[in-house]
Amino acid sequence: MQDPCQIVRKSYGDPIAEDLRFVVKSVVGEENFIDMQPNRSNNYCCGGGGGFLQSGMKAERLQYGKLKDDQIKATGADYCIAGCHNCHAQIHELSEHYGGNYPVVHLWTLICLSLGILGPNEREYLGDDLKDVLVFHPETAM
Amino acid sequence: MAEEAIKLGGKKKSFFIDKVKELLPEGGNLNLCLTCGACSSGCPATGLGGMDPRKFLRMAALGMDEEIIASDWPWMCTMCQRCIYVCPMKIDIPQLIFNARGLRPREERPKGILASCDMQLRNDSTSAMGATPEDFQFVVEDVLEEYQEAQPEFADMQAPIDKQGAEFFLNQNSREPVTEPDELVPLWKVLHLAGVDWTYGSKGWGGENYCMFLADNDSWEQVTRTTVDSANELGCKIFLNTE
Repeated sequence: MQDPCQIVRKSYGDPIAEDLRFVVKSVVGEENFIDMQPNRSNNYCCGGGGGFLQSGMKAERLQYGKLKDDQIKATGADYCIAGCHNCHAQIHELSEHYGGNYPVVHLWTLICLSLGILGPNEREYLGDDLKDVLVFHPETAM
Repeated sequence: MAEEAIKLGGKKKSFFIDKVKELLPEGGNLNLCLTCGACSSGCPATGLGGMDPRKFLRMAALGMDEEIIASDWPWMCTMCQRCIYVCPMKIDIPQLIFNARGLRPREERPKGILASCDMQLRNDSTSAMGATPEDFQFVVEDVLEEYQEAQPEFADMQAPIDKQGAEFFLNQNSREPVTEPDELVPLWKVLHLAGVDWTYGSKGWGGENYCMFLADNDSWEQVTRTTVDSANELGCKIFLNTE
C-alpha cells in the first residue's frame, strides 16, 4: 500500500497511516498485508504529485518512480493499493512501464469487494485473479 | 550638528533566497544547512537533470539565481516534503522549489500544467478537464439512477449535489465523472452503508488544483475560494478532499 504523502507526511502524520492500515488489514486480511520499506511518514513519493503527471516530463517522471517500483516489487505483493488519485495514475503506469504488471487498485474497490457489493462494471483495475470473485449482480455486466 | 552618515558604495543585490526567507516562518530555516545530504540521499528526484535538493539549496545560498530560473528541476520535484522530514534542521526546501517555479513568466511554465490551470478557471466546476457543473450533474444523476435500478439493494443510495446542511462536503477528481463514471459508485456505496450525510457542490466539485502546482498564486486562491465558498454556502461542517 502506498502511504499518500499528502495525508500522511504532509497532513496528519503516522496516526492516519495506522488508520489506513487498520482499514486495509480488515479488508484483505492481516496475513495478506505487506508493508513497503520505508513506509508511513518516511515513505517515498511515487512521482505522481506536484503536477508531475501533467508537466510533460514523462521520462523524468518514470525515472523518479523507479525507486517506488523497486520498493513495491521487493514486497512480492500481488497488488498495490493507492488511496490517492495521483498515486494511482502514476503507480499504474510504473507497473506497466517497468514490467511488474501488478494491479494497482483504489481502496474503495477493495472495501466494496470485501463487502460483497462490487458489481461487474466496477472492476476496471482488478487483476484477472479477482475479476470474477464475489461479483455483485453479475447479470448486469456490460 | 551631526554629519550625515557615510554610505558605502554599491547596492546590496536582492537574491531569490532572501525573498523566500521573508515569506516563511523562521525564514524556512534556509540558512541552517549543515550540508549533511540526508535530503538528497532519500530523494527520488536526486540525479534528475544533474540536480538534487542539497545542490539546489546551495545554488540558492550562493545567489545563483539565473541558474535557478533556467533549471527544470523545480518541475521534477513533487514537493513531497520527505527532505524536511529527514532534515536535522527542518529546512523548507519544498517552499524554495515552489517559489522557484514562480520565477518564470507564467506562459513559460510547463504547458500541461498551465492548460489544466486555465481549464479550472473556465467555469465554477474547478475541473481541470473542463466539465461544466451541468455535465457533472448529468453524469452523477445518470449513473446513480442506473445503479439504483441494476442493484436494488442500493435503491435508496443517494449522490446529492448542493444538499443544504449536509455534514460532509465531498469533492471529486474529474477523471471519474469524465472518463470512468463507474468508478464513482464504490465510494458512494461505502458512504451509503456508513450512513454518511454528504453532498457534492455543483460549484467547486473538482478536487484537483493545478493552479497551485503552476505556482500561480492568484488563480490557486480563486480555485480554492470557489470550492470553500461552495461548502460554506451549503452549511457543510466538514470538507472531505478525495483528491
